[in-house]
Amino acid sequence: MSRIIGPLARLATLALLLALILKPDWFVPVLKPFTENGAPVIYNQGSLLSLTLYHLGLVAIASLIGTALALVMGVFVTRKVGAEFLPLSRSLVNIGQTFPPVAVLALAVPVVGFGLKPTLIALVLYGLLPIFENTITGLKEVPANVVEAARGMGLNPTQQLFRVELPLALPVILAGIRLSVVINMGTATIGSTVAAKGLGEVIIAGLLTSNTSFILQGGIIVALLAVLIYDALSILERRVARRTGRLAEVAG
Amino acid sequence: MIELEHVSRRFGDQLAVDDVSFSVERGTITVIVGTSGSGKSTTLRMINRLIEPSAGTIRIDGKDTASVSGEVLRRGIGYVIQGNGLFPHWTVARNIATVPTLLGWDSSRIAKRVDELLTLFSMKPEEFAQKFPHQLSGGEQQRVGVARALAAEPGLLLMDEPFGALDPIIRAKAQEDLLAVQQRLGITVVLVTHDMEEAIHLGHRIAVMDGGRLLQYAPPAEILARPAHGFVEKLVNGVDRPFRLLSLAPVSSIVEPGTAEGPPIAATATLRDALSELLWHQRDALPVASADGTLVGRVSLAALRAHAGAAA
Ligand SMILES: Nc1ncnc2c1ncn2[C@@H]1O[C@H](COP(=O)(O)OP(=O)(O)OP(=O)(O)O)[C@@H](O)[C@H]1O
Ligand SMILES: [Mg+2]
Repeated sequence: MSRIIGPLARLATLALLLALILKPDWFVPVLKPFTENGAPVIYNQGSLLSLTLYHLGLVAIASLIGTALALVMGVFVTRKVGAEFLPLSRSLVNIGQTFPPVAVLALAVPVVGFGLKPTLIALVLYGLLPIFENTITGLKEVPANVVEAARGMGLNPTQQLFRVELPLALPVILAGIRLSVVINMGTATIGSTVAAKGLGEVIIAGLLTSNTSFILQGGIIVALLAVLIYDALSILERRVARRTGRLAEVAG
Repeated sequence: MIELEHVSRRFGDQLAVDDVSFSVERGTITVIVGTSGSGKSTTLRMINRLIEPSAGTIRIDGKDTASVSGEVLRRGIGYVIQGNGLFPHWTVARNIATVPTLLGWDSSRIAKRVDELLTLFSMKPEEFAQKFPHQLSGGEQQRVGVARALAAEPGLLLMDEPFGALDPIIRAKAQEDLLAVQQRLGITVVLVTHDMEEAIHLGHRIAVMDGGRLLQYAPPAEILARPAHGFVEKLVNGVDRPFRLLSLAPVSSIVEPGTAEGPPIAATATLRDALSELLWHQRDALPVASADGTLVGRVSLAALRAHAGAAA
């Protein structure tokens, strides 16, 4: 749980990111050496800001859907009625993770067409695993005597789940969501191959015209976004963990 | 009053509780004692239907517990478990408010009740109400656990090894607290322990279990004086029987007319305390004083010896 970057480094990263998106011209001297034959140094086929927002929106929607799906599945297989579905669900989720997102795109496009839909399908499938597994782990780690006490006080199964089990599992579930979001940040770039708007466009434009500067621009913005989001979610996680007394237990 | 009639519970091939019948008088403490795996917890948990009996009937105040839903039943029965099971993400106040909240009490009534209970367990509300369980000592956590169980004013309190995780000094204090609270509120308590000493100290009646069967159900003095042949005998031989018998009765029960030299003993002290004082001051008799300090007679070594020897 060690903080990956300190407050100062966090600010610096954010500043660098904003500069790259809003004032790309500032970076001409740095990126110039990566272009040949007088090709444009700075991506010029659209606004970097709108591509970044599209990219974030895509990841946000995919993560929301993925989280909802994985949570429901994770909760279901840890209930008595759903226990027998655990192996099956686990296999499905694992296939989602091992099947290459590019292949998912290739299979999905003929069915749902180009654009946002096939990309969302690929991202959702690819990001399920960490949330699903962490939901199961988090729920199983809730101390048995706390659940016993909840039952003994007369909480019904729904009340036990929402008032006791999920709140106590939340830090672990959040860690899964954080992992999934960061994976999706990077994976979302492939959406541009099927015409979903996003930062992948910058990278692909660079690949098509052999313009390394474009590739660097797109790649670095995606990487910085991922780092900042990872960091922000880590902070949130620590807050939640501290509130549930978990962190204090660990720290003694 | 709680009545268990021919209650059994089977797990697969195993009979965890085997045809157990006993009844618990209102306002008394019954202690279920036995070795690990003897079926104590299973018996206790069948009373609030955390476990359903495989056979038999359990009635509380004449009403079959199977006639209401498990959740409704449990909201009306206090339940305390080893290691307290407090909700770590809730404050002390919210933990105590668990059942009143489920029952839909209004918030001012809940707040008043939380203050009342914290005060009853000598914890200042303004200091403790907003703390989280991990900020409390083991003894404080244990008291909050009992306070939470008593929050909705249940007439019955079930406790499964409630003092098991406490060190000896805190444990003794917790036992005294329980006795005081039980007397003050007049509640019925069924408590599970594997410690015969604890059973004798706390119980008005003791149920000794082994291998799922109820071997003997009697007041502590009778268990000590006339243990059932076999397992109970072995269990009781482990504790200092004469001293135990002495600790069950107050000095007032054998006070005799007359006077004696030396520091007076309170009439409410146990015979064991009296013996200790007599030995310490090297006397054959000591004066006995009532609560207001007037001397009411004397207690003698001979009378103590006669009382402790009753078992032999
Ligand atoms: N849910 C269950 N499933 C299967 N077997 C169980 C279950 N609960 C209890 N048992 C078995 O029933 C027997 C009695 O268990 P119980 O918990 O009542 O014992 P106990 O007297 O409370 O023991 P301890 O002092 O160790 O708590 C044990 O052999 C135990 O393994
Ligand atoms: Mg037990």
